[in-house]
Amino acid sequence: MLFHEIYGTYFQAVARILTAAVDHNVTDGEIRNLIREHAFEESSLNIPEALGGARWRLIRKDGSTVVKHKPTMPLTTLQKRWINAIALDPRIRLFTDDPVVFPDVEPLFLPEDIYIFDQYADGDPYEDETYIRNFRLILDAIRGKYPLEIGTVNRRGGRMTVHTIPEYLEYSVKDDKFRVIGSGKKLGHTINLGRIISCEKCSPASECKQGEQKLLRPRTVIFDLLDERNALERVLMHFAHFEKQVVRTGERSYQITLHYDKDDETEILIRILSFGPRIHVVKPDAFVRQIKERLEMQKRCGL
Amino acid sequence: MAYSELIKNFNKIREYMRDFYVYGFKTREDYTNKSARSYDNEKRRIESWLGDYMSFRQGADGKQVFLSIDSRLTRHNPLYRAWKTKSFTEGDMTLHFVILDILEDGKELPLSEIAAQVDIYLEVFEQTRIFDESTIRKKLNEYVKEGLLECRKEGRTLLYRRSADNRMPDADVLDFFSETAPCGVIGSFLLDKMQVHHDHFAFKHHYITGALDSEILCKILEAIHDRRSLTVELLNRKKNRITENQVVPLRILISAQNGRQYLAAYVPRFRRITTYRLDNILSVKIGNAAAEFDKMRSKLNGMQAHMWGASTESWSGDRMEHIEFTICYNDDEQHIPKRLEREKRIGYVEHLDAHTSRFSADVYDACELFPWIRTFICRITDISISNREHEIRFKEDLRKMYELYGTEGGSEDAFS
Repeated sequence: MLFHEIYGTYFQAVARILTAAVDHNVTDGEIRNLIREHAFEESSLNIPEALGGARWRLIRKDGSTVVKHKPTMPLTTLQKRWINAIALDPRIRLFTDDPVVFPDVEPLFLPEDIYIFDQYADGDPYEDETYIRNFRLILDAIRGKYPLEIGTVNRRGGRMTVHTIPEYLEYSVKDDKFRVIGSGKKLGHTINLGRIISCEKCSPASECKQGEQKLLRPRTVIFDLLDERNALERVLMHFAHFEKQVVRTGERSYQITLHYDKDDETEILIRILSFGPRIHVVKPDAFVRQIKERLEMQKRCGL
Repeated sequence: MAYSELIKNFNKIREYMRDFYVYGFKTREDYTNKSARSYDNEKRRIESWLGDYMSFRQGADGKQVFLSIDSRLTRHNPLYRAWKTKSFTEGDMTLHFVILDILEDGKELPLSEIAAQVDIYLEVFEQTRIFDESTIRKKLNEYVKEGLLECRKEGRTLLYRRSADNRMPDADVLDFFSETAPCGVIGSFLLDKMQVHHDHFAFKHHYITGALDSEILCKILEAIHDRRSLTVELLNRKKNRITENQVVPLRILISAQNGRQYLAAYVPRFRRITTYRLDNILSVKIGNAAAEFDKMRSKLNGMQAHMWGASTESWSGDRMEHIEFTICYNDDEQHIPKRLEREKRIGYVEHLDAHTSRFSADVYDACELFPWIRTFICRITDISISNREHEIRFKEDLRKMYELYGTEGGSEDAFS
């Protein structure tokens, strides 16, 4: 059962408290700190007083516990089944040649049980040995915070080399691609793993400095939405992963403010166009101008 | 009943969370199906779990509550927290830690011995509570079912022991797959077991609402794996009506571009394959073995070559609709024909000359392609759909857009 208290935050927080209490008598302050760190905002109203003799009977008045060992919990069948399922995903090879598998249980699902129907067709080559090697080296550099010299091919086929300290990997399920986001000279680097032709460790003295990350360039677009053909739900689901505000302006009309990064502007523009006349961009003027230009070009196409 | 930040029934909170996250403009008065007290309690719970993402705005209609989450900046799906709020009894908490502690170090004990030790553990408290053997047996059997314990018979006595402490995947594996694999919340449960871990992944185009349907998805996946039928309780949002259907679950279809998840299933009553949105499914019950599974899965495989989205039938009643459109591009826009190749899910792309390409497909529902085709606005030179009504609708929508933006003589007041 997925919705079960054994996976719950309260059980996790209590396990942390008992772990400390096996080691030494815990104080009220320590308990509250652990709750603040591992449970919910209002949990400190409930857990401390429940730990004692009147209710859960796990912690004595002096802060010692009745349990003798630091609490651990074996994996459940559900957890093992999920682990077996991800071991069948081609992307597991990016991490290990020897994925954890439990022969005593069936996978929760097989790759053929799931179909992502609108994923782009040119995803990264997860079974390519060079790609796997690069991925693992980059991940190791992220963990170890050391610099890499990365050679890539740009869109026009030209070669370029950058020195970067990888900060994290970014994955897009739509593109089915990884990018490495790194810090270094010139406000950091974003590199598509699929474009990497060489990737090696380099000396720490090279031209990169940790912390010089590429900064997000926040932009806002405001559009009116007419709730026809279920447009409200479609639009809000489509843009759900952005920070946004929605205001009802009439019985079937809404105004939506969407926050995005400047790098994604063209993508946002065409995603807005995909909703046709259900969306009318009102601000900023530069965004409206871009839509008008596209529509004028479209009209000239004779349709 | 006194307020608690924990809940027994996930469905009670599921709709509120979806509304707060996806819509975010509703006020207390919009929740007409629920009592004001119920709204206040659920809002307070969600605020307790997700306070750092909860925002409020005072609008003309009242106070709007919304969850504001930029999933590119948030490394872990915050909605998973809702799956960690199951309520429990005092006995559940006590017995969990005490039984697992008693059975540490590979001990294998019968019920009577475990019950005796539970008493010893708890006798230090003034208000000693003696758990009766049937309560402890129930808990032991529950944990055997969940896989935490194993049991075997020796003579007429059942002996219980902890399941082996197994090797776990490393934190990066869990970090990544908990956000990208179906039922990723299970990966999040596993991450909770780790003392400390650092996040090395971020996610773009990351839709997190599917998390709220995790339990439904999990049961469907179990049924698919075991080739079993399902009883599906469905909510029709438009008609505000609940129906029940017996189906053979075949596959889960997921959209990477809006996060929706669908169950593709054979419905014996209608003798056809159809799809259901997971967020419209209220409950599922796993039934008997489904003899039709292999045949219908193979039929679905064939159908997918004509499904752009989740639709398995045309609006017109025709079995299939033909659609084709042509786009043009300049020499320095070679990424455009590449886009066609990359983004087409089905159908064919023909490169007619150095500056013109045509896409064509036979699909169940040509309307499903409209949003994609519109992303090529500024270069569509022709569109043709066998269902003339659809073609007229596409062109009419385009004309409305010209009007909306005052393109060459249109009026900008057309949006109403």
